Amino acid sequence: MARSEHTAYAYLRTTKKFPNIWCAGCGIGIVMGALIRAIDRIGLDKDDVALVSGIGCSGRMPVYMDFNTLHTTHGRALAFATGLKLAQPKLHVIVVMGDGDALAIGGNHFIHAARRNIDLTAIVINNSIYGMTGGQYSPTTPLESRTATAPYGHVEPPFPICELSIAAGATFVARSTVYHAIELDKLIEKAIRKVGFSVVEAVSYCHTTYGRMNKLGSSVDMMRMLKDHSVTLAAAEKLMPEERAMKIVRGVLHDVEKPDYITLYQQVIERAKATIDGKEFLRAGPGGLE
Amino acid sequence: MKAKDQTGRVEIRLAGEGGQGMILAGVILAEAAAIYDGKNVVQTQTYGPEARGGASKAEVVISEEPIDYPEVLTADVLVAMSQEACDKYASNLKKDGLLIVDIDKVKRIPLTNAIKVPITRAAIESSGKAITANVVALGLLVGLTNVVSRDAIEKAILARAPKGTEEMNYKALERGFAEAQALLAVKQKA
Amino acid sequence: MTVRLMQGNEAVGWGAIAAGCRFYAGYPITPSTEIAEMLSRELPKLGGIFIQMEDEIASLAACIGASVGGLKAMTATSGPGFSLMQEHIGYAAMAEVPCVIVDVQRLGPSTGQPTSPSQGDVMQARWGTHGDHPIIVLYPTSVSEAFDLTVTAFNFAEKYRTPVILLLDEVVGHMRERFESPPLEEIQVIDRMGTDVPPEWYKPFGDTISDVPPMPSFGSGYRYHITGLYHDPMGYPTQRLDEINPWIERVHRKINNHLEDILLYREENVEDANVVIVAYGATARSARHAMKLARQHRHHVGLVTLYTIWPFPEEMIQRVARIARRIVVPEMNLGQLALEVERLVGRHKVIRVNRADGEMISPQMILDALEGA
Repeated sequence: MARSEHTAYAYLRTTKKFPNIWCAGCGIGIVMGALIRAIDRIGLDKDDVALVSGIGCSGRMPVYMDFNTLHTTHGRALAFATGLKLAQPKLHVIVVMGDGDALAIGGNHFIHAARRNIDLTAIVINNSIYGMTGGQYSPTTPLESRTATAPYGHVEPPFPICELSIAAGATFVARSTVYHAIELDKLIEKAIRKVGFSVVEAVSYCHTTYGRMNKLGSSVDMMRMLKDHSVTLAAAEKLMPEERAMKIVRGVLHDVEKPDYITLYQQVIERAKATIDGKEFLRAGPGGLE
Repeated sequence: MKAKDQTGRVEIRLAGEGGQGMILAGVILAEAAAIYDGKNVVQTQTYGPEARGGASKAEVVISEEPIDYPEVLTADVLVAMSQEACDKYASNLKKDGLLIVDIDKVKRIPLTNAIKVPITRAAIESSGKAITANVVALGLLVGLTNVVSRDAIEKAILARAPKGTEEMNYKALERGFAEAQALLAVKQKA
Repeated sequence: MTVRLMQGNEAVGWGAIAAGCRFYAGYPITPSTEIAEMLSRELPKLGGIFIQMEDEIASLAACIGASVGGLKAMTATSGPGFSLMQEHIGYAAMAEVPCVIVDVQRLGPSTGQPTSPSQGDVMQARWGTHGDHPIIVLYPTSVSEAFDLTVTAFNFAEKYRTPVILLLDEVVGHMRERFESPPLEEIQVIDRMGTDVPPEWYKPFGDTISDVPPMPSFGSGYRYHITGLYHDPMGYPTQRLDEINPWIERVHRKINNHLEDILLYREENVEDANVVIVAYGATARSARHAMKLARQHRHHVGLVTLYTIWPFPEEMIQRVARIARRIVVPEMNLGQLALEVERLVGRHKVIRVNRADGEMISPQMILDALEGA
């Protein structure tokens, strides 16, 4: 235990801003721990890691971590990360988002980042609710649940994050839960190592809002639900489709090889340079007749 | 006070339908003036949202002096390649202004002294392509007015002509100049 | 020296390249698209990056990300896209990230008239994003000024760690003019101030003599935090008044203490003027046309052309108002910058000349106003 604590300390901004703002019993800290273990295992230099976030409970994660950290606007983290990655390709750019952040206000950025297959690692912490603003329904809120803005029951179907990612073009897609902390860090490690757009859905919960409004008990009870309602991919394959549909399926759901955006844009640069030497062209005077 | 034009300022309007190359003609005329004749020039344009069809208009102001107001106030020359263009802009010519129309496209002409040339037909006859009508129009315009030198307009057109179309465009330009010569000869006789 | 016929939008692209811009992210929109097209062609030749994003919100976000990564970055748009960008103009101001936003204005509101000129975004450029923040807005009247002021926009952005907005009229964006390209070595380019303090001493938002903290890029060994929340000198979120107020004061000071550098304008015939026209953009060209004609009629008319419209050149306008009996403010809107002039010199002294129907203000409209002045 002491050893793992030391590992975490090496990656945290321990002198500032602790204790964190998250509710006691929240799953976000577990994702943060998993991320630290993954980065530590790969052996990344802290200078070479950028952690980008949007707005919401998850948005506060970067401030605690001793990387290049960019806390952006609601839903736009992937767009900021795209610019940062293109400017500094050597950086491992990891983007941590919530479900509302990534898929409602940021839904368009999410599918286009996946389509471009830009080499980013997107971690979506899915607690099925807007926690920070007090428990309003999100794009992943289950049908029939009660939320602060669905007092009579929720009537919209949820987005399946992983299936959406695969359809949009992500090259690596995996899912686990905050109960399965060790599995989670292994999946995050694989996602970071993957060159291309990779998505890890970390299924979490919000006992403070969603749990209270739907009478699901304490964080311990909700954690137990993650344990009971999830299965590994291998186990899921043995289930009947209707049984499987009720489960959170964990594991690597998608892993394909595809050239990433930066590799392809490098070809654009080479083709452009072959047409004419840009500097000489500028010297000859801008605005030549094409 | 009246907003008359500044001294030495020549204002040209080229108007027609989208796809007739009027804006490109404006750009080429402006390039002839700016690059090859060393004059000040401003070229502006208006066009509708369509890539083809719809009204399209280019304006070119040429001057030895710096050009302040960038658009045409009252035109010295109007080239009208469609009835709509003629209807819309003919009233905004200077008193002694020059109206050039494609006689096959413009039937109602408000001025008696307008220059009427079958510009598009001349383009097909000279180069085989109707799309060189804008180049014929430029030859005609420059031949009649000398707003830029013949050398300048030739160079500007050749610099813009896509590879392999130089000869076609040159023929169209020559035809424009020939039409202008013929008109000037008639005028001299009269 | 090479002479070309160049379009205003193209000149913006070349100005960006000359200033060292190596990142462009944008979304197609009339009448700004030529900027994106030319940079998609030219930037990769220099090893730079062009990317077409999914919308204007993402475009400015990507620019800010690239700027944090150390590249000079620009986006260009028009009214509807400029409205979407307001969110990140505020972020760039809050996080003090250099970037250049070009808005080639079209007639609004909403989709409006995509190919018609307007000067309707003048107030939006100043106050479009929420909250109090300083901003620099530059405004060319010609193609060569579009080149020059794009370079200046980058220089100001880097020097003052701020977003800079370049406003163009559709007229200037789409017009072509004779352009003499300046020798590259004569173009003054200001690069971002880095730092050589040990990383543990570095304060990304600390006080400095110039009020502009140095900004090393992400990945250079200085690990720090950037946020759109109010933050302390280390960049960490804060709710403490003794950390919020100094930040607000500093970011305003960094602009207000350098007005001599930032305020660009040109005065013509002001010294003996009874009436002075204050104009910007293409309208300033109508104004100069009108002024010259009026002076031929022995009317003592002067002209002030504003190249920096925000911050507003308050002292200069007040000085001019002490000389002139009347100030004429022509604008292709229903009176936006006129509000600033009126605030400074009193409404009784100001004659507005306005139209917002997609046509330029003609010299005649200004002459008519001068006659009544």
